[in-house]
Amino acid sequence: MGVYSKPVVFAILSAVVILIGTVVTVFIPMLMPSTQPVSDYVKPYTVVELEGRDIYIREGCNNCHTQTVRPLRTEVLRYGEYSKPEEFAYDRPFLWGSRRTGPDLNRVGGKYPDSWHYKHMKSPQSMFDKSNMPPYGWMAENRLDTRYSKKKISILGYGYTEEEVERQIAGYKARVTSPSYDSKEARNEVTPEELRNELTEMDAVIAYLQKLGRDVKNMEAEE
Amino acid sequence: MKENSYDYQIVRGFTFSALFWLIIGLIVGLWIAFQMFNPALNLTPWLSFGRLRVVHTNGLGLGFGLAGIFACSYYMLQKLSRTPLVFPRLAKAHLYLFNVIIALAALSLFAGMNTSKEYAELEWPLDIAVVVMWVIFAINVFATLVKRQEKQMYVSLWYIIAMTVTIAVLYIVNNLEVPVNLFKSYSVYAGVNDANVQWWYGHNIVGFIFTVPILAMFYYFLPVSTGLPLFSHRLSIISFWSLIFAYLWTGAHHLMLTPLPEWIQTVGIAFSIFLIAPSWGSVINGYYTLRGNWEQMRSNYLVKFFILGITFYGLQTIQGPTQGLRTLTSFFHYTDWVIGHVHMGTMGWVTMTISAAFYYMIPKITGTGLYSIRIANVHFWLILVGQLVWTVTMWIGGIQQGAMWKATDPDGSLTYNFLDSIASLYPYYKIRFAAGIVYFAGIILFAWNLVMTIRKSQEVKNQPLNR
Repeated sequence: MGVYSKPVVFAILSAVVILIGTVVTVFIPMLMPSTQPVSDYVKPYTVVELEGRDIYIREGCNNCHTQTVRPLRTEVLRYGEYSKPEEFAYDRPFLWGSRRTGPDLNRVGGKYPDSWHYKHMKSPQSMFDKSNMPPYGWMAENRLDTRYSKKKISILGYGYTEEEVERQIAGYKARVTSPSYDSKEARNEVTPEELRNELTEMDAVIAYLQKLGRDVKNMEAEE
Repeated sequence: MKENSYDYQIVRGFTFSALFWLIIGLIVGLWIAFQMFNPALNLTPWLSFGRLRVVHTNGLGLGFGLAGIFACSYYMLQKLSRTPLVFPRLAKAHLYLFNVIIALAALSLFAGMNTSKEYAELEWPLDIAVVVMWVIFAINVFATLVKRQEKQMYVSLWYIIAMTVTIAVLYIVNNLEVPVNLFKSYSVYAGVNDANVQWWYGHNIVGFIFTVPILAMFYYFLPVSTGLPLFSHRLSIISFWSLIFAYLWTGAHHLMLTPLPEWIQTVGIAFSIFLIAPSWGSVINGYYTLRGNWEQMRSNYLVKFFILGITFYGLQTIQGPTQGLRTLTSFFHYTDWVIGHVHMGTMGWVTMTISAAFYYMIPKITGTGLYSIRIANVHFWLILVGQLVWTVTMWIGGIQQGAMWKATDPDGSLTYNFLDSIASLYPYYKIRFAAGIVYFAGIILFAWNLVMTIRKSQEVKNQPLNR
């Protein structure tokens, strides 16, 4: 029997066999508009939100939190409007997740004030005694590293100029360090004194969480 | 070909690497199992659940799984082609490179350097190292096959070839990324496409690590350890080609009811259902190989590992396609049901088959017989009971959580908040942890038994007069 005594031919044949399904379900869809929809409502992440997203990835938050609300009645009741493909146009990588040890976060933006997140990240158990989420207070003890921000923005093609990147970072810093910041008290409680006038990793993660689903909520509000 | 010209050092090296990473991966598994009902073990950033879960999956999937596959592949390759490895020094480099990669993988994941894509978390420098390692392995596979003395390639070799080719395609395509610096990169794909590529990879990396090479072991080690010929060669041909053809279409069943285009989801369901046929082709081939000789379940300690292993494979391959159906996925997805499903495959099918393969190979290599068949039997029962309690507990927990997420009051509002659903699972998580301890005890006996087998053979060698 020919092919069973020719290892190289066998390998080529195997490659062809496995590539058929791959081409049809993965490669061809890459070229179809339905896998890369865009919407004027969905804006790219700001620099600080992007840095927060990278910390979310670093800490493996996606291992317990999904970011896709399914079109099911109880799911929409619990989390909000179901997820649309165009919302993820700027997500590299995507962060839909595969297990909900914690709740879905695709609509968490704007659900709680920043102060809620500062307290919750510091000690989830102080707010929900049965929660099994790890505490992340130490994030407020780390200054946010923005050395690679410009490079990241240029790789992702968000289109901000270098000045715009600096302006966004300075702007967010001014916001959270301002005496009139609405979550000032909670932020000061978790942030060590020497970092209160700096941007911390926790500031960035919260900025990212507040972005999730915000564009869709704005769209709904306009309609 | 003389038996002593085969390279068995490499088989031994990978066998004990597998055992080492198995124990490390299980310790991490127990640690995160405890964190699930008591977050106090999140002691430092690098011991927090989000980082450790990735160390667990990579440590066992790539560390234990791949090392076991390499050990058995190098053994089967030489035996089935009746040819010694063509490049034994290259194989040795493979062994060292493999262990360095897994160690660096563990350290970098502890440090939070990860791409977030499941089972492809390693950052780009390690991805390149993995590809180099894979090429080194492939060179020996194909060189040995080309130079082989045996005319026909046995079914196990087909599965090894299919794995070698497919893993290369999967790994390279899903890990295409743009580096920011040495420790950080961004996927070249965005959003929906990234999800589609990732789960095409995620499903098939499991298929071509936890199914295809494990079937290669099953098809080889069951006949050689029982002395019974494979039931049907024709059935194995049909099973092989239809399995590797259908597998690649099914990744989307991991993305049911997400924003992925609906037709890709539907195609994924259709091929998942189809996959039951080739999967059961192998199950039936295994069962019928034993026909008329079922007393070997009692008399031959290895047979029960293989038969229970292939039984879990059979259950796994019915459960998987079924839970991917839209109605069932809307209930089960994102719950512990799926965690139970995965672990029936890994703790049942994969580990039982690799266990028996190691028990067969190591005494053959040392020529002294296994240290203790009784310990092997205890090992079998501990991992069987541990796994069953583990998985059944997770299925019940998954059903409960799914039901709580969907429960509504007569006025249409949700009955439970999210925290109610997770807190109600803590009793199950405690049972799961206890089952994990039982399983771990079985694995310790497994490792101990093989270490003592090697020791025994060295003692025999050192006392030439007593022989």
